[in-house]
Amino acid sequence: MWDRNQMAARAAKEIKNGMYVNLGIGIPTLVSNFISNDINITLQSENGMLGMGPFPTKENVDPDLINAGKQTITELGKTSYFSSADSFAMIRGGHIDMAILGAMEVSEKGDLANWMIPGKLVKGMGGAMDLVSGVKRVIVIMDHTNKNGESKFLKECSLPLTGKNVVNSVITNLGMFEIAEKGVKVLEIADGSTIDDIKKSTEAHIIN
Amino acid sequence: MKKVFHSAEQAIDGLIFDGMKIAAGGFGLCGIPEESIAALKMSGIKNLIIASNNAGVDDFGIGLLLQSKQVKKMISSYVGENSEFMRQYLSGELELEFNPQGTLAERMRAGGAGIPGFYTKTGVGTVIAKGKEHKDFNGQTYILEESFVADLSIVKAWKGDEEGNLIYRKTARNFNPVAATCGKKCIAEVEELVPIGSIDPDHIHTPGIFVNRIFVGKHEKRIENMTLSE
Repeated sequence: MWDRNQMAARAAKEIKNGMYVNLGIGIPTLVSNFISNDINITLQSENGMLGMGPFPTKENVDPDLINAGKQTITELGKTSYFSSADSFAMIRGGHIDMAILGAMEVSEKGDLANWMIPGKLVKGMGGAMDLVSGVKRVIVIMDHTNKNGESKFLKECSLPLTGKNVVNSVITNLGMFEIAEKGVKVLEIADGSTIDDIKKSTEAHIIN
Repeated sequence: MKKVFHSAEQAIDGLIFDGMKIAAGGFGLCGIPEESIAALKMSGIKNLIIASNNAGVDDFGIGLLLQSKQVKKMISSYVGENSEFMRQYLSGELELEFNPQGTLAERMRAGGAGIPGFYTKTGVGTVIAKGKEHKDFNGQTYILEESFVADLSIVKAWKGDEEGNLIYRKTARNFNPVAATCGKKCIAEVEELVPIGSIDPDHIHTPGIFVNRIFVGKHEKRIENMTLSE
């Protein structure tokens, strides 16, 4: 079984030299800790920044410089700033190579639900619907099952969707998966897990 | 016509009325028009329809207008940080229209550019698409979104001049440039009013044609989520 950091590290391996990447809030934020120093990549923050740097020291905090999670952040030599319209032109225009997001549910067809639980407080979708419909490759990081041990990897999502047929790959505590034509393909099994563990915990159709 | 005003109170005078539509710049608490919001609160106008990516926090930003129940409807992409907002929304006192963030930005951009609507893939197959026209282009399905035109835009910039030319700073730019364009009138508050000619014309983000009134404000610039390295 992979822990949060191992899932983030696995996702980081998918990021290749030269890519423009948008990381969501939560475990996806951890991915930046595992990106190899040997490659040059650019992180986009949808509030209007390309080339996001690390969190600041106390002396370098700037209230005019935050990421999409409203956290204080720093700039790099290559950084550029732009308006929200330009930011979403990058996202919706297919210029961002990869988005890594969290999820409540994913279906075997690549449908994603990650913004709303009916009857509970709704905070909003932010930029998630734009990201999943516009970015070239969408990777989801999530726990394989919910607190009750029920699969979050389903035949059909039960929650309101963020996007239909938008997810390309899924990384869970049990392994890495690809949404293929006829179902879910297991690409990698986490250390200490087996294909049987995965099949038992997955409602979605596995084609291996 | 002279664009420079001496306070937010003077700048909003004659431009506000009950039930009006407002577009506000800002992302979270970053780059929000703090003083215009405070002046709208003091004015006591009611039933506002506000398009703004977020709704501030309980005691700052647009949260101030929610506190005094001056808002009828919010058009936003994310409202997570505001408990008074949630209370009013759940009790039915406040209407809420969620827009995907890019759709909200594009609605303002299109509204400012005289484009009444646009097709986008964002939201296809979700609740956002319900009741909207669907159309296929090159084998992909898109939905029609209508643009947003405000009676008044309120924006915050770093520097401005007497012509209303504006420059924003870092990620405090966010929705401000598009909000500025989509208002029938636009009020800009700046940290510094500089002499005409002192901003390099190549560096101007919002040309003065979009700005009707400008004033210098004092900005608290509250930080919502202080995160440090280590």
